[in-house]
Amino acid sequence: MRRWLGRQLHLVDFTLGALMRRKGRNFMLLTVYTLVIFMLASVMFLGSALRHEAATALKGAPEVTVQNMVMGRHALSPPEWVERLSRIRGARNVHGRLWGYFYDQANGANYTLMVPPPHARDIAVREGETVIGASVARLREVHRTGYLFLLSPAGKLFRLKVARTLPHRSELLSADLVLLSEKDFRTFFNLKPRDGFTDIALAVRNSNEVPTVVNKITRILPGARVITREDVLRTYENVFSWREGIVLAMLAAALVAFAIFAFDKASGLSAEERREIGILKAVGWETSDIIAMKLWEGGIVSAFALVFGVAAAYAHVFLLDAGLLAPVLKGWAVLYPDFSLTPVIDRMQLLTLAFVTVVPFTVATLVPVWKAAITDPDIVMR
Amino acid sequence: MIFDPPILALLLTSGITAAVWLAAAGFAVRLLRHWDIRSGSGRQIRLERQTYLVATALKIVMVAQMAALALFVHNADRMAILFTGAMCALGTLNVNEWGMPAFLAQMGMFLAAAIWLLVNRADEMGRDYPHTRAKYALLLAFAPLALAAAALQWLYFLNLDPNVITSCCSKLFTPEGAGVQADLSAMDPRAALALLFGGSGLLAALAAWPRAGRWPRVAAGILAALYFTGAVAAIISAVAPYVYETPNHHCPFCLLKPQYGFIGYLLYLPLFVATALLLGTGLLAALGTPASLRDAQPAFMRRVGCIAAILYVSFAAVALYAIMRSHLILIG
Repeated sequence: MRRWLGRQLHLVDFTLGALMRRKGRNFMLLTVYTLVIFMLASVMFLGSALRHEAATALKGAPEVTVQNMVMGRHALSPPEWVERLSRIRGARNVHGRLWGYFYDQANGANYTLMVPPPHARDIAVREGETVIGASVARLREVHRTGYLFLLSPAGKLFRLKVARTLPHRSELLSADLVLLSEKDFRTFFNLKPRDGFTDIALAVRNSNEVPTVVNKITRILPGARVITREDVLRTYENVFSWREGIVLAMLAAALVAFAIFAFDKASGLSAEERREIGILKAVGWETSDIIAMKLWEGGIVSAFALVFGVAAAYAHVFLLDAGLLAPVLKGWAVLYPDFSLTPVIDRMQLLTLAFVTVVPFTVATLVPVWKAAITDPDIVMR
Repeated sequence: MIFDPPILALLLTSGITAAVWLAAAGFAVRLLRHWDIRSGSGRQIRLERQTYLVATALKIVMVAQMAALALFVHNADRMAILFTGAMCALGTLNVNEWGMPAFLAQMGMFLAAAIWLLVNRADEMGRDYPHTRAKYALLLAFAPLALAAAALQWLYFLNLDPNVITSCCSKLFTPEGAGVQADLSAMDPRAALALLFGGSGLLAALAAWPRAGRWPRVAAGILAALYFTGAVAAIISAVAPYVYETPNHHCPFCLLKPQYGFIGYLLYLPLFVATALLLGTGLLAALGTPASLRDAQPAFMRRVGCIAAILYVSFAAVALYAIMRSHLILIG
């Protein structure tokens, strides 16, 4: 074992020297390789950071949401449903939620109007007042008047005093949010109490009991749609993984181009390199030693490219907010939340990255490496 | 579902492996027909030169395949969130009928790759390529497995349907249920632990025995294969409940989860590698010691045996640690 290690160390030592002797050529290979890894890693980091944001954001969401369906469309839930759902054992905190969308003709943005849930005391709103998201505040320049003016669907002008703006760190969730009191909300949308709620949310005491509670709800209210937090999380996971995969699949063309480039680079041995291999063989190196040296060469370049590419991608995604890729993976809107991504990288991403770059690179360079290694010394030195 | 980065990486690796293996199998047929080390013909020289290329390509894809097993399992665990009913990798593997066979084939590939690499290593130590014929015959024998593993992986990933409601591990691994999983979890804990510790001690002693001759090494190889299934059954029926601290949860995949400190990797990795090493030395011993490797091969097998012994001991130590740390009383 020690002999084997010693041999590998000497090979690495020699290979590093050989790499330094051909700086220009190897630098070019390293640059292209790093660029490929940078692109792939950026996509993967951004995808997983977005999934992480979604998962963190959903932590506070209700475990189960019940929606009324009429003719396959989402309709208002009758108020008596709250009472019926409260009777389910294991379900707690059952409350009707009031929320809706409002298209602001003044600037073409869509707001989410919402009544804060009864247990969220920190964002409770008094009548005639509102609490708004940072993006809405920016867009409507509320700092000038301190009021938010909205034209209700019935054509009535609403003047709401902005009690406060939600903190920037919650912007991913609150960018387009306008919180109102229940009375203001109902007047704004012309809804009577007997019309009910947008939907009904409930918590489940024991998370293992969620499927049982869902079963009970579907038995009590057969026409209702029941959405669990897990369902939403699953959808986010799917959407972001899919987007990430599609971009990666598109980058496959770049990967193939890179493999061809690597193959070409490895094939075009200079006369000096051929002579070097010839001399090495003449002084007693075996074919397997030459192959091992060349593989070490590829390995060292791969390792450097991985480190540089991953570091650059990290900076791009987490320090520069993924300027190059954000529109594709994040989506877009007039009122788009301005948020910073939390750095999350797991080992599997790095392993995946190594698989999709190092394996094709090594395989692509293998035949040229072998061809170089089996050359007879007398042919190249003649 | 196929557009998922780890899935793309796994499919790429299995595709490259299958392609390399297929090409190598074609070469193996030629080699087995024409290989004659005493000949100095042009064909023999060409064959000798090509063995460098084929062996290097195989080494690379086999190392990649071995790492792919870890990625496969880790990915299956991560994807559990995407399927209703799945709690860990097992649920993901049960989403369609190809999942479990794909996993088993991947595991088979790990062992096959390790055995082949070991025989190849011994072959490379001799000046006259003493095990070349055996090595390529072995490659041909494993070729169906390599192709099946790639095909099963493609079928599994292409047929992943997120709308399928899958089974959770706590449903499958219950002693009261039916099927292989239920049988594996129904073993008496006392017998299971006796088998686990006794077996690992016996195999460690056998592997580390410096004067072990040809047949004891072959016997150790066979015993290692048998012990592997026994040890997995023991983990499922006894060690897993200790880790989860509940007598009814037997899942072998939940052990890989972060909330249990990834203890599954610490258990399975030494067991897998030790089994592969003893299978490899068993096969080498069965092939006999060629004249050119009279000293080198037994020394090599001794070294490998020592590594296997250390791995068996560490496997048993991790299992013991899991049991000692647990608050569950399963025996007594």
